[in-house]
Amino acid sequence: MTNVTMTINGRSVSGTVEGRTLLSTFIRETAGATGTHVGCDTAQCGACTVHVNGASVKSCNMFAMEADGADVTTIEGMANADGSLGTIQQAFQDHHGLQCGFCTPGMVMTAAALLKENPTPTEGEVREYLSGNLCRCTGYHNIVKAIMAASGQDVSSIAAE
Amino acid sequence: MPADGGIGAPMKRREDVRFLTGTGRYTDDLNRPGQAYVYFLRSSVAHGKINSVNTEAAAAMPGVIRIFTGADFEGIGGLPCGWQVTDKHGQPMQEPGHPVLAQGKVRHVGDPIAAVVADTLDQARDAAEAIEADIEELPAVIDMKKALEDGAPKVHDDLTSNLCYDWGFVEENKGAVDEAFANAAHVTTLELKNQRLVANPMEPRVAIGDYDPAGDNSTLYTTSQNPHVIRLLMGAFVLGIPEHKLRVVAPDVGGGFGTKIFHYAEEAFCTFAAKQLRRPVKWTSSRSEAFMSDAHGRDHVTKIELALDADNNFTALRTETYANMGAYLSTFAPSVPTWLHGTLMAGNYKTPLIYVNVKAVFTNTVPVDAYRGAGRPEATFQLERLVDKAARELGVDPIALRRQNFITQFPYATPVAVEYDTGDYEATMAKLEEIADLSGFEARLEESKKKGKLRGLGVNCYIEACGIAPSHLVGQLGARAGLYESATVRVNATGGLVVMTGSHSHGQGHETAFPQVIAEMIGIDPSMVEIVHGDTANTPMGMGTYGSRSLAVGGSAMVRATEKIINKAKKIAAHLLEASEGDIELKDGAFSVAGTDKSVAWGDVTLAAYVPHNYPLEDIEPGLEETAFYDPNNFTYPSGAYACEVEVDPETGKVTIESFAAADDFGNIVNPMIVSGQVHGGIAQGIGQALLEGCVYDEDGQLLTGSYMDYAMPRADDVPYYAVDHSCQTPCTHNPLGVKGCGEAGAIGSPPAVVNAVVDALQRAGKTEVTHIDMPLSPSRVWAAMNQ
Ligand code: FES
Ligand code: FES
Repeated sequence: MTNVTMTINGRSVSGTVEGRTLLSTFIRETAGATGTHVGCDTAQCGACTVHVNGASVKSCNMFAMEADGADVTTIEGMANADGSLGTIQQAFQDHHGLQCGFCTPGMVMTAAALLKENPTPTEGEVREYLSGNLCRCTGYHNIVKAIMAASGQDVSSIAAE
Repeated sequence: MPADGGIGAPMKRREDVRFLTGTGRYTDDLNRPGQAYVYFLRSSVAHGKINSVNTEAAAAMPGVIRIFTGADFEGIGGLPCGWQVTDKHGQPMQEPGHPVLAQGKVRHVGDPIAAVVADTLDQARDAAEAIEADIEELPAVIDMKKALEDGAPKVHDDLTSNLCYDWGFVEENKGAVDEAFANAAHVTTLELKNQRLVANPMEPRVAIGDYDPAGDNSTLYTTSQNPHVIRLLMGAFVLGIPEHKLRVVAPDVGGGFGTKIFHYAEEAFCTFAAKQLRRPVKWTSSRSEAFMSDAHGRDHVTKIELALDADNNFTALRTETYANMGAYLSTFAPSVPTWLHGTLMAGNYKTPLIYVNVKAVFTNTVPVDAYRGAGRPEATFQLERLVDKAARELGVDPIALRRQNFITQFPYATPVAVEYDTGDYEATMAKLEEIADLSGFEARLEESKKKGKLRGLGVNCYIEACGIAPSHLVGQLGARAGLYESATVRVNATGGLVVMTGSHSHGQGHETAFPQVIAEMIGIDPSMVEIVHGDTANTPMGMGTYGSRSLAVGGSAMVRATEKIINKAKKIAAHLLEASEGDIELKDGAFSVAGTDKSVAWGDVTLAAYVPHNYPLEDIEPGLEETAFYDPNNFTYPSGAYACEVEVDPETGKVTIESFAAADDFGNIVNPMIVSGQVHGGIAQGIGQALLEGCVYDEDGQLLTGSYMDYAMPRADDVPYYAVDHSCQTPCTHNPLGVKGCGEAGAIGSPPAVVNAVVDALQRAGKTEVTHIDMPLSPSRVWAAMNQ
């Protein structure tokens, strides 16, 4: 067992972990930040996506020990300082980019990473960037639309509410 | 309509705020004090005799609290089946036992052999590896037709064969159907598979059992679409716990698509073990476990034939289907290939004679049950592929052939025992032609040709039956449950309302849409209405959410309860206004006396109900709370027309979806934004089935698609934007909202559109011998079809 400390959404969190403890487990169980979800065991659904030192990471694919000392942001850290929804979060609500909400934290974290790299992506670029994130509910239509809208692009010509 | 959100408003969803900020509460987010963890040791062979399970070494491992095996569940009920199908000879189906943990034999890869409960999950998993299970592998049956051969290994030794039932529908029509085929001018025949799928809600299943010795009360927290159903099945049939001593809670549920309807062994195990051990016991499925323990969907093999007269009118339809049940009967499995499939075979057409035969078969595979659409996608796929093939054989336009045979008079009694109340199939087809720009297809075809791609257009219709279901009818058909829904509407003194409903959202947005209905009825802001669901302790007995039934059945119960509230409130208002009750009108949240300017606000009436100083106590009780149970008197029949355009790469066989359009008739609509979202999701699942997904076993019963490495889920770059329209509305005539249900349509209507489009592309390229390709249409299958 090893002691690790990391900053999660601005709060310092310490805990003892086994070598095999995943970062996703540490975030959910030690830090109690259950917004980060686990949807698979082969690093292919993206529900667990967080930012580690500013980079988007699948937290089920990283050991907690590897994040010792790191600065981690999860979905709980994405709202504005006053508690209102951040731009991407608001766009997801405005454009119905979520249904059951299980994939949503990972989608928002991935979208944030995309827009940081590429502030005005094309539809194709959004779809390609999301290819590591599975959603079983929305058929992706409104997720893509929400991300396009969050980037400030006009989505009024895209079909449906 | 209230200013910002009655019926018809695309209201943003209130539940989104918690899901977007990480404050949703899914079952795995819950932990009980002192909780232990269970890990299930599962069979790695498809069929085997359990000689012994030695847990001695494992039990001595660190943290292990107790290890359970099948022996611990002797004398305890098995998992029940909720639907009994009667075969064509009038005999009940063969119904094998389904122990919580395997007893005597294992029957599929993933069948649980032992359960290790330990202080931590890692300890439980480590100890499971130390269990010595001596299992003698037996020959497995995987292929349904082989499973029915004489001398085939039997999945259940106590049954006479692997045949669950041989069902004929309508058996009395068989002679007339055969005769119509003998007299047909043309017969089109198609053999096809509707492949096995895995539902794959993104949230894996979770169960937490808890026991309070102080009151002898058990609680199960579980990922369920229908907590009351689980309480009834588990309490009454498995563990023998009366319902008042058992609470089932399903908090936020991360998708279900049918697979979270059923009662599973892990739920019973955690509830049982928590009481035995006096400690909460938690199980969280890994995705790998989900692939081998969640009920699968579809898995039909069908031969279907259509008879036409010399004028291309459909005269008869005949089908023979083999439906895989898997190794045990999952909760509603027997109903899916029969009553949810056979009754849909008329589709949108006035075919006068129909005969459906279904043989349900046990195999050494994971049990198969309802998956989004459940029986209706299978029916639609067969029929709409067949009609397309018939049009091609006859050299007529496939849309024209459909139109010619459309049902146009409603109500319409089909030859397969249902009565469509409303519909307008011509309207949705015309709408489809518009939104899919079908007249522009030739130009797009030329563009694709220039790029060296083969373009194809696929069109189809669908009909479905939702809003399951009239209890008296399903009772006759073998359901062991009623299928009503319930709602309690509680009005608080200050005017806010709480609706406690037996429906339970797993992504459908009930917390937003249900208040819109009440807001409309009373004329108040929807934010004054709160929805409570998912907990048997504080909701009336209800049947839950599946079969696109929540608004049609649950919403109707809510309307009925709200009507009772309004009637009582009018009495109170009449008293306060010193008027007669018959003169009281409710509008915009105020009661007024017709023809006067006297009125009293909603909040004053509700306050009077709880502070009855000036109140007609001699006539009515104080308080304002009403319950209604709504039992529908028919199914609802949404319908629509879908179009897909594909490009096929002639070099590789890869198919890309260039466009997809859906014109649906859902009757009245409460929240069009949510409805569109439901259709989008269904279409993606249908495209997934058509192009990507397929659950594959090898001949020994090993599951080859046990993770997202091998089971191809549709991803954002596999699908386009969809054009969806639901402006064609023929309201349901028998529920108070006139709604039909929209949850499954997309998944029902889309697979044939995709396959029709690919076949069309190959046909246009001169591959006239290609009349069908089985799903999923992977590049290799399409390439093989092109190059056969
Ligand atoms: S849980 Fe991390 S990718 Fe699926
Ligand atoms: S919203 Fe349910 S998985 Fe994406």
